[in-house]
Amino acid sequence: METNIAGGILALVARFLSGASVRWIDCHPDPCQRVYFANHTSHLDAVVLWSALPPQVRALTRPVAAKEYWMGGPVRQYLSREVFNALLIDRTEIKVHQSPVDLMIREIGYKFSLILFPEGGRSTGPDVGEFKSGLYYLSKKRPDLELIPVHIDNMNRILPRGEVLPVPMLTCVTFGPPMWLERKEAKAEFLRRAREAVVRLKEA
Amino acid sequence: MDAKTLGLFGGVLVLLGIATLVVRFLKRRVDLGLDPAIVETFRLRVWAWWMLFAPLAGALLAGKMLTIILFGLISFWALREFITLTPTRPADHRALFWVFFFCTPLQYVFLMLAGRTWFEEPLGITAYDVYSIFIPVYAFLLIPARIAFSGDSKRFLERTAKIQAGLLICVYCLSYAPALLTLDLPPEEPQAASAAPQPAQPVEADAELEQRPLPAGLAQIGTLAEAAQGEIKMPHEAPGRKVRLLFFFVLIVQLADATQYLWSQLPGRHAIVPSISPARTWEGLLGSAASVTLVGAALWFLTPYQWWQAALASLVVSLTAFGGGLTMSAIKRDRGVKDYGTLIEGHGGVLDRIDSLCFSAPVFFHLTYLFVNLS
Repeated sequence: METNIAGGILALVARFLSGASVRWIDCHPDPCQRVYFANHTSHLDAVVLWSALPPQVRALTRPVAAKEYWMGGPVRQYLSREVFNALLIDRTEIKVHQSPVDLMIREIGYKFSLILFPEGGRSTGPDVGEFKSGLYYLSKKRPDLELIPVHIDNMNRILPRGEVLPVPMLTCVTFGPPMWLERKEAKAEFLRRAREAVVRLKEA
Repeated sequence: MDAKTLGLFGGVLVLLGIATLVVRFLKRRVDLGLDPAIVETFRLRVWAWWMLFAPLAGALLAGKMLTIILFGLISFWALREFITLTPTRPADHRALFWVFFFCTPLQYVFLMLAGRTWFEEPLGITAYDVYSIFIPVYAFLLIPARIAFSGDSKRFLERTAKIQAGLLICVYCLSYAPALLTLDLPPEEPQAASAAPQPAQPVEADAELEQRPLPAGLAQIGTLAEAAQGEIKMPHEAPGRKVRLLFFFVLIVQLADATQYLWSQLPGRHAIVPSISPARTWEGLLGSAASVTLVGAALWFLTPYQWWQAALASLVVSLTAFGGGLTMSAIKRDRGVKDYGTLIEGHGGVLDRIDSLCFSAPVFFHLTYLFVNLS
C-alpha cells in the first residue's frame, strides 16, 4: 500500500517532468501478461514508460534494468526495489546456467508483465540500434506473452548519454499493436521485425 | 477587491458560462445541421478559455507574486514545447539547461524585484532596467558562448538563433504581461474627473457611488480627509487598476483570436498568406480589428486610459495578435507539425494558445507606459 502511494506520486512526477503524451495505436492498456519492448537512449526510459501505464497495469509491470546502475546509491536502490519492483540484471557477469532470460521467466511467473530494452545498452543518437537476442529466446520459451512495441521519443535529448542534468523537453510514449513470435520464425527475421515495429511507431 | 474588478471578473464568468451552455445546447441539437467539426472547435475553445481565465483570475485575486509565478510557469511550459519542436544537437544540452533553469526563472525574479526599494535604491536603477535587457543582451550572449564551449560548430548560428528565439518569445515577451502589475499607474481620481464631461449620466453616477462609501462620515473634515483618503486608498486602489489592466489585456487578446476566427468563417475568403496559414483571411483580420477596437473602446472605463487610448491599444493588440499567430504558424509549418503540444486537449499546446499573447504583451506594456505618462 505504502509503495503504491509512493509509486503513484513518483509516476505523477515523472509524467509531469517528462511532459509525456501517451498514445496507444491499435493497442489498449490491459493487465494481461505482456512484454513491452522499447528503444533505449536514457536511464529515465524505464521510469517514463512505467509511468505512462495506467495504475492497475503499472502495479503488475516490472522493468528489466541494469543492476550496476540501479544498485548505485540508496535512492536508486529503494526506487528499484520498492517502487518499480525492478528486475535487475547483472550485465557484467552473465552465467551460462543463470541466463537473464531464465531469470525473467522465473520472476514474472504467470502474473507480471515486463519492460525490456532489447538494444541492450543505451544508444547515443535518436536511431534505434540492433536488437539483442533476449527478446527472441524469451518468446520462444513463453510464446503466450504479448509483445508490445513501444517508442519513446525525445528521451535522448532530455538526458543524453554522459549527461547528469536533465533538460525538461516533452516526450511522447507510443504503444503499438501486439505481436508474437511466429511458428518457425528465424531469430534474425524475428528481431528485425520487432525492431521495425518500434521504428514504425516513430513516424506514426 | 473593488467593484469594477469584481464586475470585470463576473462579466467574463457570465460570458464563459453562457458559452458553455451554448456548447451544451449545440452538442445536443444535432438536428440543427451544423458542421460537427465547427461545434467541436468551439467546444475546445471554450474549454481552453476556462483553463486560461480561471487560473488567471485566481492568481490575480491571490496577489502580484502568484500572478508572476503563474506566468513564469506558463513561460516554462511554452519554452518546453518550443525547444521540443526545435532540432538541437547533443552539444546544446548544457546551454539548454542554463536557458531552462537559470534564464527563465531569473527573468521572473527580476520582475518580482520591481518596486522593491532595497533592490532599486542602493543600485540607483529600476527593476525594468534589469529585466528589459537581461534576456535580449546577456542571455543572448551566454547561449552562443556556452554552445561554443561544447565544441560543436555544426550549424552554429542556426542552433543559437533557435534557442534565442524560443527564449525571446516564450519568456521575455510573455513576462511583459505580468509586468503590467509593476507599472506606476496614477491614482483613480483623474480618471473619475475625465469621466465627468462625458454625456453618459449613469457612468458619472456610478463613479460617485463608488467613491462615496469610504469618506462617508468624514465629509466635513475637508481637505485633510481628502489627503488621508488618498493615502489610505492608494495601496488598495492601485493594485485593483493594475489587475483590471492585465485582465483587460488578456481578454482583448483572446477576443482578437476569437473574432479573427469568427470573421474568417464568413463567405468571401481572401487568405493573407496562403502558403503559411490559409485560415487567416483579410476578412478575419479587418473584422477582428474593427470589433476588438469597438469592444476595447467600450470597456475604457475599466482601464487607466482615455477612451481613444483604449481603442488604439485594442487595435494595436489585434494586429500584434495576428502577427504572433502568423509567426508561430510559420515555425510550425517549417517543422511540419500542426500543434505544439498536448497539454490542453485538442488545442495543441500551451504555445498555440499564447502565441498572440506573447507578441502583444511588450507593445501593450509600452503603450500603457506612454499613455500613463502622457496624461
